[in-house]
Order: sequence, then C-alpha cells, then structure tokens
Amino acid sequence: MTSATLRHAGWILRGNPLTAVAAAGVVLLALVGIFGPWIAPYDPIVSNVSQALSPPSAAHIAGTDQLGRDVFSRLIVATRLDLAIAVSAVGISFALGAVIGAICGYAGGRLDRAVGRFVDVLMAFPLFVLAMAMVAALGNRVENIVIATAIINLPFYIRFARAEVNVRRNLGWVEAARACGDSHISVVLRFLLPNVLPAMAVQMSLNLGWAILNAAGLSFIGLGVKPPTPEWGIMVAEGARFISTGKWWLVAFPGLALMLAVLCFNLLGDGIRDILDPRMRT
Amino acid sequence: MIHSLLTLNDLHVTFSTRRGLVEAVRGVSLSLGEGEMLGLVGESGSGKSVTGFAITGLLDAAGRITAGSIQFRGRDITKMSGSDARNLHGAAMAMIFQNPRAALNPIRAVGEQIADAILAHKRMSRDEARAEALKLLRAVQIREPEKRMAAYPHELSGGMCQRVMIAMAISCNPALLIADEPTTGLDVTTQKVVMDLLAGISAERGMATILITHDLGLAARYCRRVVVMEQGRLVEEAEPRTLFHAPQHAYTKRLVAASPTASSRIADLVTDEESGRSVAIKVAPRPPPAPGTPPLLEVHKLAKRFDLGAAAVADFSMMIRAGESVGLVGESGSGKTTTSRMICRLIDPSEGEISFEGQAIGHIPARDFHRSPFRKDIQIVFQDPNDSLNPRFTAFDCIAHPLLRLGGMRAGTALRQRVEQCADRVGLAVELLTRFPHQLSGGQKARVGIARAIACRPRLLVLDEPTAALDVSVQAVVLQLLDRLRREDDLAFLFVSHDLNVVRMMCDRTIVLRNGRIVEQGASRAMFDNPQTDYTRELVEAVPHIETIFAAAVN
Repeated sequence: MTSATLRHAGWILRGNPLTAVAAAGVVLLALVGIFGPWIAPYDPIVSNVSQALSPPSAAHIAGTDQLGRDVFSRLIVATRLDLAIAVSAVGISFALGAVIGAICGYAGGRLDRAVGRFVDVLMAFPLFVLAMAMVAALGNRVENIVIATAIINLPFYIRFARAEVNVRRNLGWVEAARACGDSHISVVLRFLLPNVLPAMAVQMSLNLGWAILNAAGLSFIGLGVKPPTPEWGIMVAEGARFISTGKWWLVAFPGLALMLAVLCFNLLGDGIRDILDPRMRT
Repeated sequence: MIHSLLTLNDLHVTFSTRRGLVEAVRGVSLSLGEGEMLGLVGESGSGKSVTGFAITGLLDAAGRITAGSIQFRGRDITKMSGSDARNLHGAAMAMIFQNPRAALNPIRAVGEQIADAILAHKRMSRDEARAEALKLLRAVQIREPEKRMAAYPHELSGGMCQRVMIAMAISCNPALLIADEPTTGLDVTTQKVVMDLLAGISAERGMATILITHDLGLAARYCRRVVVMEQGRLVEEAEPRTLFHAPQHAYTKRLVAASPTASSRIADLVTDEESGRSVAIKVAPRPPPAPGTPPLLEVHKLAKRFDLGAAAVADFSMMIRAGESVGLVGESGSGKTTTSRMICRLIDPSEGEISFEGQAIGHIPARDFHRSPFRKDIQIVFQDPNDSLNPRFTAFDCIAHPLLRLGGMRAGTALRQRVEQCADRVGLAVELLTRFPHQLSGGQKARVGIARAIACRPRLLVLDEPTAALDVSVQAVVLQLLDRLRREDDLAFLFVSHDLNVVRMMCDRTIVLRNGRIVEQGASRAMFDNPQTDYTRELVEAVPHIETIFAAAVN
C-alpha cells in the first residue's frame, strides 16, 4: 500500500458515503473479533441461573439466555469465530479457485473442459445440503465447516477467474509478456491474476457475508460448532425454542448481528473494486 | 448559389465530465447544399464525430449544445420539440457508423432489421416493408438479396454489414446522410467498393452527405469540399486540390505532410519546425556482411493449421538480412498475423523451418522459447497501443520488464538509467515513466511499446501494424522514430501492415500475402509501381492516391 493508494482510497470513500459506512462496519467487526474476549462485560460461558431469561436491562443490554449468560457478551465473543470461519473459507476458495480458474481460462482445451464439467456437477447440488453432507461425513468440527464452505464456494471462483482471464488472454500485453521472456505459468500468475484481482475482490466481499450465513446456518441445524461455544447461528437456534414464550431478544440480537455483518460486507464490495482498479485513479 | 440544406452557426457542444466541463466543439459554422458531399476531416479528439452527433441528435446524456444553431431546411433543430426532432432524425437525416457489425442487432435477420427501420417512419404493412427492404438490398448491390434477407449479421462480412447499414440509412430517403468513418476497419479493397457505392447512391438520390473521416486521401477522393477540424474548431475549408497543394493553416500543413502518399518519404512526414532532433541524425551505412554469413532470419516452407479447417498459412518462405526492412501486406484473414506470431515464436508452426543466424529455432516449442538465448533478439511491437501495455504496470515497469527478464538486470540505479535511456531514445519524457497506461495518450503508449521492444537491443523487430490505431500525425512521428532506430541499431524489420503507402516508405522489400499464401514479392517501389499479379494491382488501385485523383480530375 503506497500513500497514493491510501489517498485514492480516501477519495473513493469520501465520494461514496455508503462504502465508507460499510468499511467502518467491517473495521469494527474486525476489532471486535480480535479484542472480543477482553471487551465483553461478562464471561460468555459461565451460567448464572438466577438471572436466566431476563429481558434487556441496564446490566444486560441484550438480556440473558436460558442459563443466565449475558447475550451481549456472547455476541461479542462469537464474532471472532464467525469471522474466522468466513475469512478462512473464503480465503481457501479464493486461492484455489483463482489459480485453477486462471490456468483453465488461459490454457483452454481439454483441461478447461474437464474442470468446467466438474464445476457444473458441483453446482448441480443444492449447495447447503452438500455442505451439510460434507460436515456430517468429515466429522462435526469447526475445521470441517471451513472446508465444506470453501468447497461449495469454489465453483464460483473458478468460473469467475476463468471468464476474466479468458477475455484477456489474447490481449497484446499478454503476448508482450511472453515476448519479454515470461513462461506461460508466469504470465498467468504475475500478469493475468493481478489484473483480475479487483473484480475478484468484489466477489470475495460479497462471498464473506454469504459464508458467515452459511456457517451460522450449519451450526443452526447442529453441525460444526457445539454448545456452549458462543456462535451466532447456535444462539439463534437455541433462542428459537423460547420465541413462542415472548423471549424475543434471544433471537433478535444474534440475528441482527448476522444481518449487519452480511450487509457491511456486501456494501463494501463495490467500493473495493473502485479502490483497487488503477484506471479509477485519475 | 446552391440552396442550403444544413447550416451550422457557431455551434458549441459541451460535455460534463469528472474533471468539469469540457468543450468538444467550439464554434463550428458551415453550410451544406442539397445533394452536396462534404468531407469533415480531423484527428481523434477534434470534435468531428461530436459535430455529427449534434446534427443527428445522438449526443449522449453528458453532452449538450450550449450555443449556436443547427438550421435544417430553415428550421432550427436545437429548438425543436422532442417529437418533431425524432421525426426529422431518422427520416430526413440518417447516420452510419464505423463498426457496422456492432450497430446491427446480432439476433435479428438483416432483412427484418431494415423492415423495422422502414416501419418506424412509414405506415405500411410488414410485408410491404419487407418488399421495400429487398429493393434496398438490391440498391446497395448485395448479391442474392433474397437469400441475404434472412441472414444474420455474423454471417455477413464487414463490408456487407456496412452495405446493410447504408440500406437502412437510405430506407426513408433522407435528405442528409452522415457517414462517421464508414470504412475505417474495412480492408482497402472493401473500402473502395463501399465508398464507391455510397458516393453513387448519394449522387443518384440527390442526398447530401457528410463524410466524417481521419483520412484526408479518402475525403479528397470523394468530396468536392473538405473542412478540417482541430480541437473543436474549423481551421480550414477548401477544395481538396487546394488543400493538398496550398494548405493555409499550420495544422492542415502538418496533416497533409503526415498523410503518406505513394511518393512520400519518411523524412518528409514531419515538418521541420516540430520534429526537433529526430530528423537530422545521420548514420553511416554499415559494411555489407561478409559473404557466406547466413541471413538473419530464414523461413522455409512454413505452414500453420489450426484445429479444424484449412491452413491459415501455407508454404511460406522468406528471408531477412541484418538491418533489412521487409514488409508483409495483406487483407484481414490473409494470415499475416499468424505468420508474424510464428516468426516471433509465440505460436508453433505446423510445418516448416525457421532459422535465426543460421541456427534452427523452429523446432523449439513456443512454450519453451522464453528460455532461448534468441528470445531477446526477436522482439515484437503490437498493433493497438491500448491493449499492449499491462494496465497495472507503469510505463517504467513496462520498459524494465524485458531488461529484468532477458537482460539479466536487477532493480537499482543501473536499471533506472537504462530505462530512462530507452525512454529517451523513443522520445518519451522521463517524467511520464511513473504513469499508468490509461494516463498516457495513444502516441505515448506506442512509444512505451517500442521502448519495451528495443530495450534488450534485439536484432529483428516484428512490427504488427504498429501505427494502425494512431492518428496520422502521430503515425508520422512514430514511423520516423522506427526508421531512425532501425538505422542506429542495424535492426531488421518485419513490417506487417495493410497500408501500402506506409509499407512502400518503410520497407526495402515487400511480400504480398493472400489466403495464407505468398502472391507476389519484390523490391517495394518496383513492385507497387508495376505490380505483376492482379491481386497486387487491385490492392494498389484501392488506395486513395492523391496524385491519381488529381490527374483524373484534370482529364
């Protein structure tokens, strides 16, 4: 990051307040994720049955759950786990998908067709059901949520990178790189990939929100994260049992946290493209 | 005096952009008589197309006519109501564009599209409109018009698509046709056929035509009167002959000098006062190579077949001596690009031998050629400067790239000096080196591309239409630059081009390629002055030669 890039980022954010708000939201999420255990007012695990199911008050601003744990503290501590699952899942599918897709898009031919059909098969499954099946088969652990989320996202990255590289592979500067002594693989990795990154960053940002939902969805149905670990999806699942008796805060606050996190990542998407694209710097 | 059909009075057009208001047309006044053909000539950014768009009401949302008037048959178009203006545009005036294929709807048969255009302005049944469309296809001389009615744009050649566009444009018998670069991007022979057709139709129907073009020769050949625009202003208006022989305005002088003709020489392209240092360099001729030295490049029976279909190139043999400049001309699809890529070792030939300084290099797969010691000796300059530079590299990175990869240099002061030296040789200001490609003009990008290619001191430079995307005045400077570099470095050129006038100037010998095979080859001047084959003669005759136009006018 040079100072010019930072200045440019500042310029984009000023001209685009919604992106600025989203960026602030993402930074806040990241800070909460990192420092969560230190800033949470109560221990998220220790139960206090005398306080169970009390509505939001000055002492517990988001109320307490059926075991008397502070919902707000659990929300804060859960941030790290949810972000970590989403970021690592998206990171893996991006790294693999971008490289595989770029190579296919550049090479074309038999390899491209084979990978393309594999991707088609993967996408023919209902993705969430596929993720469920994978976690169930691999074992009910957090790492497996990450792997399952990464795999079901992979087709999108492969297709995206393939398409973006494919339209560029016959451009003059690609041939020029070859004439300047770069091998095919170096052209793909050092020339084509950096040029498709801005477009892929948008995809990643949108995907992060989706990955958070996916992880929460899996824990909602009891896969992956196990109680008493605080996690937004589990909190919604546990709270759902009490919604009929009017204990709305158990579901509303984790739901709100999920919604805001997803919204921030989605809104950030467009801004990221503008920041990373050198052509926007005039 | 001819009754005036169209009068522009002090027309101003302004665009609002991110950097504030930009005035694209700044006070253009001109008039056009009924049935007259007027040439509107200028380089990119001169405002010639914007003027055309303003007349036909096709300015995009950011553009506005800020002052002046456009009188059409005595009525001011700029003050007309929306529906009046719509009736006028399309019925009384029509426009055709540069890229005909992009202007046609790809999923609708061309006959239906012409019928649509007719129905938009005339009350009749669909069948009557179709019958009308068929007549129009006949009028634009499309062969087997009944069959072509059902053809889709992708099934027609570029020239055919432009004829369809012309048919559409004349469907409502407009009084005025604006042709914006109608033949740019078409082959010379097609260009001639389409322009002849357009001129014929205009004359036959008494339709006034404004021919917007960057090509002075083309305007001179077809128009009685030519106006020259520069930076939104009209700088000169004259008959073509006066314009060429006694241009008044400094810009017109420069433009006339820069337009290559059959007799121009590289040194004449740029007028002395602006060329600065680049002209005067004299290089002593090198001694001829010792007898028995193998030629720099020798190609024997080269052929390329792609997966399916016929050979793109077949039986191609040639040789280039050190320091020699050889032209490769042909129309699109003639295989000249394929040939140049094979010689550059970017793609593999299916058959044949390529040897460089006596060493066979044709058998090394293109995939591994980047490791060959000859990689730095064979370099290439690409056609479109806009897509030949990596958008994420600065000009410095682009030029440094081959030095790092092939020249064995490391980042540091030596590299910086070498890059600056290369930039200086191609006349690129050192402060531009930190810019990204989108911050450079077309000519500057072309210079970066050339600097990159010569950075490692190659022996053979393949030039793939190096100036096709440039304005003539920029082309003139770039051609001069290339010629100087060639003499300074004893560099050999393989100059791929479709522009015969440029090839005649730049190349000692020329090879004419058609359908992947060599049709004719020989010393450039002799061959173009006295072509031996019909095809070469056809190519030579299709080029608008200023001299022949005026000779014909005298007779």
